[in-house]
Amino acid sequence: MSTDALLQVAGLSVRYETDHGHIDAIQELDLDLIRGECLGIVGESGSGKSALLLAIMGLLASTARARGSIRFRGTELIDLPTRAFNRLRGARLAMIFQDPLSALNPYLRVIDQLSEVARVHLRCARREAERRGLELMASVHINEPDRRARQYPHELSGGMRQRVMIAMALMAEPEIILADEPTTALDATVQAQILSLLHEVRVRSGASLLLVTHDLGVLAQLADRVGVMRAGRLLELASCEQLFYSPTHPYTRELLAAMPKLRVPA
Amino acid sequence: MTRGVWIAAGVLLLTALCSLIVPAMSSYDYFTPHLELVSRPPSWTGGHLLGTDPLGRDLLIRVLWGCRISLLIALVASFMSVLIGVVWGATAGYLGGGADTVMMRIVDVFYSVPFVPFVIVLTVLFGHSLWLMFVAIGAVSWLDIARIVRGETLSLKRREFIDAARVAGAGGARMIFRHIVPNLLGVVIVYATLTVPTVILFEAFMSFLGVGVRVPLASLGTLLADGAADMQAHPHLLLAPACMLTVLVYCFNFLGDGLRDLLDPRRAR
Amino acid sequence: MIDTPLLEVRNLSVSFSVRHAGRTARLPALREIDLSLSRGETLGIVGESGSGKSTLARTLLRLTEAAGGTVRFDGTDLLALKGRSLRRMRARLQMIFQDGGSALDPRQRIGAALEEPLQTLRPEWPADGRDRRVRELLARVGLEPQQADRYPHEFSGGQAQRIGIARALIVEPELVVCDEPLSSLDVSIKAQIAGLLLELKRGLGLSMLFIAHDLPAVQLLSDRVLVLYLGRVMETAGCEALFTRPRHPYTRALLQSAPVPDPRVARSRAVAPIGGELPSALFPPSGCVFRTRCPYAVERCAIELPLPRTVGDSVVACHRAEDVS
Repeated sequence: MSTDALLQVAGLSVRYETDHGHIDAIQELDLDLIRGECLGIVGESGSGKSALLLAIMGLLASTARARGSIRFRGTELIDLPTRAFNRLRGARLAMIFQDPLSALNPYLRVIDQLSEVARVHLRCARREAERRGLELMASVHINEPDRRARQYPHELSGGMRQRVMIAMALMAEPEIILADEPTTALDATVQAQILSLLHEVRVRSGASLLLVTHDLGVLAQLADRVGVMRAGRLLELASCEQLFYSPTHPYTRELLAAMPKLRVPA
Repeated sequence: MTRGVWIAAGVLLLTALCSLIVPAMSSYDYFTPHLELVSRPPSWTGGHLLGTDPLGRDLLIRVLWGCRISLLIALVASFMSVLIGVVWGATAGYLGGGADTVMMRIVDVFYSVPFVPFVIVLTVLFGHSLWLMFVAIGAVSWLDIARIVRGETLSLKRREFIDAARVAGAGGARMIFRHIVPNLLGVVIVYATLTVPTVILFEAFMSFLGVGVRVPLASLGTLLADGAADMQAHPHLLLAPACMLTVLVYCFNFLGDGLRDLLDPRRAR
Repeated sequence: MIDTPLLEVRNLSVSFSVRHAGRTARLPALREIDLSLSRGETLGIVGESGSGKSTLARTLLRLTEAAGGTVRFDGTDLLALKGRSLRRMRARLQMIFQDGGSALDPRQRIGAALEEPLQTLRPEWPADGRDRRVRELLARVGLEPQQADRYPHEFSGGQAQRIGIARALIVEPELVVCDEPLSSLDVSIKAQIAGLLLELKRGLGLSMLFIAHDLPAVQLLSDRVLVLYLGRVMETAGCEALFTRPRHPYTRALLQSAPVPDPRVARSRAVAPIGGELPSALFPPSGCVFRTRCPYAVERCAIELPLPRTVGDSVVACHRAEDVS
């Protein structure tokens, strides 16, 4: 077990209880997240990849039971009391969701949502919190941050909303950023911009990025290591190059083969 | 949750059956006065389970008759209003545009008619009659259904399978009856079930005010009126119909809620 | 040899009324679209959100009304058709929808859903032959004939899309418009359905309009490709030509933005190819609509609308197409 591991997941199992029996979303998952790295998890729908992020953040539904261990810097996260978890969430552990339109509060202006993070976790006064908010908005390349800050989420484009989410995630200078399909809802050209931004942000802040997606192309660009999930199990975990060029698990090979490759102009 | 629904349905069924069968089996009827048995309290042994009313008539039989009448009115009037409401609402929603606006404005006009004076006027013009109750109540309760059905139709129209059906050649009547109405049924059943208690209460209120069912025919409303008049001395006269009314309304509401839950998740896939 | 194109679109414009800032305004979804499709050909249409590609599909299928322009399908004016003649046309021009599951009536068994177009669009089809045809199509798309009695919710996304394909093909159409048929599917299912479409295209000699934002799929299935941006055509070219020698700056940007499952290639172009955001569709930029994000934009681009012209193997709407390298 590497001492540089910020996050250590051991034997994680997540089970949802339903009226018709139970669903094992994750089964016996082991995973380490090293400081400063970008770990990508790829899987199709139902693979459990989103459940993994929710389990780490303590956001699983009440019908779900998590067993095993998730340690963040030695602190066990499973069954951590809410108050202690609230201190970690948003501050040490941040999350970026897939659909920024539903993840942002439609009734609050952008700057209010940004400054809320600072006020809660950094205990800033309102003016200071807003100043930091504007600063972050500029750092994620939002044009005219003053004007945009006063707008509501629905007035912004998809790409811009995602930048706001990234800014919110960065506010308290987290050690780990979890990203659940951050570019799936975006157009190709905007996706490329956001991926660039995520890379830039990670390098600048030194945070670790745990990125979950169904698109291998995204991981090829950003990830240091890649894990492949299917039906709740982690089938393969390797360095990015190794996974793409010499995959070991047959499912990984299937996934790679199934992606029709674009013959790109030289 | 589902168990409660079954219980509610069971109670309703049982009540309906009783109201049909028991009066036929009993030696007492609902209208013959027996002045020697005036206002007896309920007793297990005396032969009158719920006692008697001021005219010596068995209260249990009267309450069951009242139940029968109330249920009859409720079901017929609800059926009528659902029929009118669905046709009106689906047509308005499907046609859209000007036709929709006109049709819904008519609904608004009806909504603003004060119900009680309306029924009183009808009663004055046409006299007390069971049929009048059907018409009067039906004429007003279709409004809610119409609005809801119109709303559902509007959102259904926007769904992809309607476009797909159009591309597959469906249009006009075929679209409405093959694709829209079947997808409305879930909502309609739920609201129909919830209309019934409203209608029962309407009728009870009307009869209570004296504009409803004519004596000696008993509906729960008239029984309540009689009971209220004699409340101090003989509370059982009020309690019996009140409990029956409460049970009926509660069960229908419960049934409606349960049906809504039962049908919704599958609808939302 | 049939010379007239199967589908010919000239100067097509479509706009919508929207409420904006308390007033009703017109949103130009498509402007002055020209395209043509020959028999047996597949034309891929690519574009991002706001490009108008779905509007194009819906307009061709007469689900949305056009504001101007002409559409000729095998010589007939498609936009002028009404009632019975429109219905007869539907037997020749069909559509595969984006989300297979939503495109099916949840209260209708899929057998009935498949039979419906036969009943309404091909009434001359013998009634006893319909059942056989339904089973034939189910088998053709890789489903079992017994499944005709099931309801849509009993199928997975991929299977539902197969049903959608079967329904589009059951009336023996000449042209099939595919509106993002792969977008709602998982990666491995996407590959299967793309393969199915390719096989059907070849086996039935279908003419297709393949609309997607997924470039590799377009490359796989199309003979020619058309690129849309904010309601206007940017470039039209043969498939090979467009993907290897794109002439329009937007096409280049689009190709460079596509995520590539190859780390070495992906990291060699770590910087985003273009910045900026899509301008508001209500107030599109003057002149060339792409100029606000184009690295090659000059003054002329804001003043003069670039008309489509031939440059190399492509038809491009760009003043500086020759300089794009």
